Amino acid sequence: MKCRRCREPAVIDIRRHNAAFCRDCFLHHCREQVRRAIDEHRMIEPGERVLVAVSGGKDSLALWHLLGALGHEADGLYIGLGIDEYSEESAALVRTFATGRGLKLHEVDLAAEWGFDVPTAARTTRRAPCGSCGLSKRHLFNRVALTHGYPVVATGHNLDDEAAVLLGNVLRWETGYLARQYPVLPASDGFARKVKPLIRLGEREMAAYCVLEGIDYQVEECPMAAGNRHLGYKEVLNALEDRSPGAKAAFLFGFLDRGHDLFAGLAGIAGTGGGASGEGPVLAPCASCGSPTTGEVCAFCRLRERVRDDTGPAPGPEPASAPSQTPRP
Amino acid sequence: MKVLLRNPRREVEVTGPVTVLALLARLNLNPESVLVIRGDTIVTRDARLTDDDTIEIRPVISGGSR
Ligand code: SF4
Ligand SMILES: [Zn+2]
Ligand SMILES: [Zn+2]
Repeated sequence: MKCRRCREPAVIDIRRHNAAFCRDCFLHHCREQVRRAIDEHRMIEPGERVLVAVSGGKDSLALWHLLGALGHEADGLYIGLGIDEYSEESAALVRTFATGRGLKLHEVDLAAEWGFDVPTAARTTRRAPCGSCGLSKRHLFNRVALTHGYPVVATGHNLDDEAAVLLGNVLRWETGYLARQYPVLPASDGFARKVKPLIRLGEREMAAYCVLEGIDYQVEECPMAAGNRHLGYKEVLNALEDRSPGAKAAFLFGFLDRGHDLFAGLAGIAGTGGGASGEGPVLAPCASCGSPTTGEVCAFCRLRERVRDDTGPAPGPEPASAPSQTPRP
Repeated sequence: MKVLLRNPRREVEVTGPVTVLALLARLNLNPESVLVIRGDTIVTRDARLTDDDTIEIRPVISGGSR
């Protein structure tokens, strides 16, 4: 196969674009797709500092790298989840990436700073670990962004992630979640803007980007992901994609262009799965940590309390309250 | 040729020459879900692999709700 842009030998073929690229043209393609996503959805305004949520996996490290390549001022945030060797290895990879490139990295350790880790939370709640894990990460991304004055948090969700989430939401007609599934969640009182600049790039492209840029990322899966619903959805979607290239992109972008608006307005309605950000329920500072919440105590602090009641007092400090306004730079 | 597979990590011996697409079909893998790495670069699905090659087939699907 030959590169579509320069006719040199190709290293990767992307069937949904009916194209193959050499190394340099592929890296250019990735930067262009991210630039386009950012422009199209006005994800980052010129000069805004971005906080990138990094896990050590291919998507988040590639995202951090790409934002830098596009000239954005992007700092990293790594959260230590306490998932044994998996967390130790991912922390080491993230630190190596940051130091090697002279990038600024924030770190939060769940166990040391908040008194619990993901495996303990999963045992206490007797639910899939990804629930407590995702809740804690969302809470801490936002908290660190507000504390350090970042107006925007970027996450490494790619086309495959979003298509899988969409399939899950459609299979159960989660209208509230459908209303909120969008590559940009605007800032609101107490919440930084959240953006997904990799929405136009597939998972295979992100892995290829890391290999071709020489980014050392964590290839091993999180041991807690086994049996996760989204993995099953991704397999189903990839089986479709193999038979009709472009199926995933058509599913996701069709929804964003023509479907999403039909669900708008259902975001904050009880029983629809809509969450507490943006319009809808009234927010007040959490009595325990100061983060905005619809209840008296936020979901993150309720989780902390449950784990503490279950396992005895934990060494976490009583944190100072977080700013409840989104900072304006 | 030596073919390294992941999750779980294991190595299989495959006789070449064979195209990437045929190799993946032989191993019952979806080309959408993996990258095929030869040396320090990746190869397209029509690339011909020979017995001297060392190949890694790397899954690209990650789970979790993130
Ligand atoms: S797979 Fe689940 S538990 Fe593991 S890091 Fe991702 S969200 Fe957390
Ligand atoms: Zn080229
Ligand atoms: Zn709280």
